[in-house]
Amino acid sequence: MTIAVSTTPGRPAASDWVRRLPEYLTIWVPLLLSATHLIAFTLWTIWISFTPSTLVPVSGWVGLRNYSAVAASRNWQIALDNLLLFGSAFVLLSLATGLILAILLDQRIRGENLLRSIFLYPLAVSFVVTGTVWSWLLNPGLGIQKLVRDLGWTTFRFDWLIDRDMAIWTIVIAAIWQSSGFAMALFLAGLRSVDADLIKAAQIDGAGPIRMYRRVILPTLWPITITVIVIQLQFAISTFDLVRALTNGGPGIATQLPALVVYDLMFQRSLLGRGAAAAVLMLLILLAVLLPYAAWRYVQRRRAIHA
Amino acid sequence: MRERTIAPSRILIYLVVSLIAAAWLAPLAVVVLNSLRTNEEIAQASMIGWPKQWAWSNYAAAWSGFCVAETCAGIRPYMLNSALVTIPATIFSTLLGAVAGYAVSLWRFRGDSWIYGIVTLGLFLPQQMRLLPWTIVLRDTGLMNTLTGLVVIHTIQGLSFTTLFCRNYYTAIPQDLIRAARIDGAGFFRIFWRIILPLSPPILVVTVIWQFTHIWNEFLYGVTFTTGQQQPVTAALIALSAAVADIPQHGVQSAAVMIAALPTLLIYLIGGKYFVRGLTAGAVK
Repeated sequence: MTIAVSTTPGRPAASDWVRRLPEYLTIWVPLLLSATHLIAFTLWTIWISFTPSTLVPVSGWVGLRNYSAVAASRNWQIALDNLLLFGSAFVLLSLATGLILAILLDQRIRGENLLRSIFLYPLAVSFVVTGTVWSWLLNPGLGIQKLVRDLGWTTFRFDWLIDRDMAIWTIVIAAIWQSSGFAMALFLAGLRSVDADLIKAAQIDGAGPIRMYRRVILPTLWPITITVIVIQLQFAISTFDLVRALTNGGPGIATQLPALVVYDLMFQRSLLGRGAAAAVLMLLILLAVLLPYAAWRYVQRRRAIHA
Repeated sequence: MRERTIAPSRILIYLVVSLIAAAWLAPLAVVVLNSLRTNEEIAQASMIGWPKQWAWSNYAAAWSGFCVAETCAGIRPYMLNSALVTIPATIFSTLLGAVAGYAVSLWRFRGDSWIYGIVTLGLFLPQQMRLLPWTIVLRDTGLMNTLTGLVVIHTIQGLSFTTLFCRNYYTAIPQDLIRAARIDGAGFFRIFWRIILPLSPPILVVTVIWQFTHIWNEFLYGVTFTTGQQQPVTAALIALSAAVADIPQHGVQSAAVMIAALPTLLIYLIGGKYFVRGLTAGAVK
């Protein structure tokens, strides 16, 4: 819809266009910069992933050779195994922690604001900082193990950080600590928006608090649960800083994750083609999570409109 | 509110909540206490303990004394780098996002929903997909290893978030308000300046806090596109812990970690409400 107030009839359109140039520029330049860089950079990285680029990007075509090289590498296989374990453990546990915290805070307790701030503050701090701090706490010679042993419990062991099989769990611990507050915040908002009439009706029916949660309140939370799962998975798939600061992928390559493999290939081994292929594989993993979610959101919205 | 006596179940709730809260605060408490213990004291005991003597000098050493790589200027130059990247990038991305959000939500133009849809894809595209293109672009424009380069990156990438935040906020403004102003002869900028901006402080605070926190805490671009003296503080912290691996200085390192975390922690303490709003706004939309 156009409103021709600013233009007098008969005036040439070209001068109007020139007069409104600053407006067009302000509208289009930032949006175009943002949109084109997203599309162009994505295509660019995909293109590099099909070239034999090593130290510098070169043209040429090697088909899927970079992909098969990445997929066959031990580094990548370990990274995928870790992602599967870390992703599922972290998402489930942070979901559970967040839900428990939200339910506890929902009991009309005193100091709710203070408690909420305490559970959310890690999100304001960089993963480099929290990863460093956790690397101290979990270091057997410095942190919790040392403390407990100094207290007289000399056989106490808590050395996951240097244990190849358990090291990935240190990342799970730190990640849960850092981002359960996020799940809590969303769940709490959900709990607070449960229909009061629904609760009243259940109360009249004589439902106790536990039944109330199981039968009435929690079922209304599942759309929020799905959102939390997707966002936490997105975080898990691109985790980099936290691991870099906490274990740096070690001991050995025991806590390798896809984002670390990408960085390693691109900037430490100077295998740009393979690095780009690993980045594209990361994107595909992410899409495997996001596309079903987008479809689900679309269906939900359609339903909401038609209802 | 039926009875006056405190039910045992409520005591249990308070107990559990306090225990979890203590666990959540413990890492912070450990760093704060360590930042006030001497390196020797920590080396003899563990990282967890009460200071025997308060080593305030750790902060002075962390700020301007200890060595990262070959330079011994403490964490100060890196803090300055982070500030010089974060402040301009926050301001630019917020202002541009406000204008863009206004354009796509209220001004409307052909193709607006398309371009907006593409811009918000930036919320999901992993940083790893943009690393090589940015490397090439920065190298070709001479912005590699400069703070300006990081400002450009964070401004352009931040637009995805800032446009989304502002657009969602502005859609609540009635379109008729804009229509009436246009009939009165007000143009794009005048409406923005006179009508939109005065309505915007709540969303601008959310956006500024969000952008500041994210850019300050960002690590991957900092470590990839800058080296040595040009690095932001997150990258310098990693370099520091690698540099002192042989002779640990955990007291001074803890002080450095505290200093690096302080700006975003302070903003969280002051504007926590707005920070959480940004956090959930990004999620729900």
